[in-house]
Amino acid sequence: MHFTKDHEWVELDGDVATVGITAYAAGQLGDVVFVEVPEIGKALKAGDGMAVVESVKAASDVYAPVSGEVVAANGDLPGTPEMVNQDPERGAWIARIKVADKSQVDALMDRPAYEAFLDTL
Amino acid sequence: MSDQPLKRTPLHPAHQALGARFVPFAGYDMPVQYAGGVLAEHRWTREHAGLFDVSHMGPAVLTLDEPTGDADADHAAVAAALEPLVPGDIVGLKRGQQRYTLLLNASGGVIDDLMVARPLDEGRQGSLYLVVNAGTKEGDFALIGQAAAGKATLHPLAGHALVALQGPEAAAVLEALLPEAADLVFMQTAVMHWQGEELTVSRSGYTGEDGFEILVADAAAPALWARLLDDARVRAIGLGARDSLRLEAGLPLYGHDLDETVSPVEAGLAFALSKRRRLAGDFPGAARLQAELDAGPSRVRVGLKVQGAPAREGAQIADADGRIVGRVTSGGFSPSLSAPIALGFVPPALSHPGCVLNVIVRGKAQPAEVAPLPFVAHRYARKA
Repeated sequence: MHFTKDHEWVELDGDVATVGITAYAAGQLGDVVFVEVPEIGKALKAGDGMAVVESVKAASDVYAPVSGEVVAANGDLPGTPEMVNQDPERGAWIARIKVADKSQVDALMDRPAYEAFLDTL
Repeated sequence: MSDQPLKRTPLHPAHQALGARFVPFAGYDMPVQYAGGVLAEHRWTREHAGLFDVSHMGPAVLTLDEPTGDADADHAAVAAALEPLVPGDIVGLKRGQQRYTLLLNASGGVIDDLMVARPLDEGRQGSLYLVVNAGTKEGDFALIGQAAAGKATLHPLAGHALVALQGPEAAAVLEALLPEAADLVFMQTAVMHWQGEELTVSRSGYTGEDGFEILVADAAAPALWARLLDDARVRAIGLGARDSLRLEAGLPLYGHDLDETVSPVEAGLAFALSKRRRLAGDFPGAARLQAELDAGPSRVRVGLKVQGAPAREGAQIADADGRIVGRVTSGGFSPSLSAPIALGFVPPALSHPGCVLNVIVRGKAQPAEVAPLPFVAHRYARKA
């Protein structure tokens, strides 16, 4: 699993990247009450807003960690947004992106690097 | 942004010990939530009793400079020193009665909303107990102090903490410490004693629930807080749930739903224009407010039940034809209704409950239906 400084996680399987937000991000947001997932077929560039996660207090954009096309979205999340708090780094995946350039994933932080990054916050 | 270091209330260490997450609010480092999170805290308050640190707010006492010793004459005199700033009947307050009122500017806009109480005790007549908002307290105190100069003096109650205990079990909890609390009904106040400490207790709050607000000296605040939290029915509640509770209760928040451009008639606060004052027209902006009462204001505050994403402050409100007709002034998610709700201003013709409007969230129109306020019924302990 790889991580961004915006607290998204990416898990690559072949050329499909599954993306969500990290446990740290979910904890910071607090109780999540609304999730908007991307439309299938949407073309994303790394850094584009791809989803919105809202807690009671605030809305937070989720950015595409890699460029590619959305091939799946987690349709359970809009009906059960609390999954983002309960299982952020697995069950509450947000979208799967068919990546154009797998080296974009390698350029992201691995878990020890992300944890070291969290220690600086 | 100010470079001033954030102020801390005397309960700050208690919040840290409870695992609070802090945010800067009106110059104070305040707990936005504790370990349980906003939703759980909100629901706990609706079902049991929530304990809030509201020490950032501005309690003060306005005291007559030359009391005569005639209790009613002294009350009338100190009330007369405040009345030129507000539209409420302060002279007419009974002993121990508290009233919600507004500081108004010359055009009838709201400088702040505040609580004013006439003390219960004979020995305290000729003074008024005020509580103003955190973000406006310096300006409010200066305004009141100047207006009353020569007649009465405003004493901000520095060195005091303010806590609120709110929820259906609040009365049973507080009565275990202070049996006299049972004697208060909604919007009454009295001075009580606990462990030798003087407490000013009001049966009021800003959650829509029955409850109390308690003024306590800084030194005694941690012990009172700890004693209340010892009761299994009580949990500490942060500013996050305080906001969602007051939003469900349809209560306006100063600086968001109310500001110097908003009139009390527009904001649905015409009840704060007391009859005697309205007939006399002797408060700031009386001409505008009377005209709005007669002809109707050009916009009014409404509740909205929103479909889709929560509509936050600043979101535009559109009519069925897509014309922008107003703006959301506060909005979020209602834990009690499990749906997004909002407050905003729209023209009166679009303000009837059931009127279907749209809110614009991230460029997309989402249906939003005008709902009666409050969204969640008030449960105040009114006189039987």
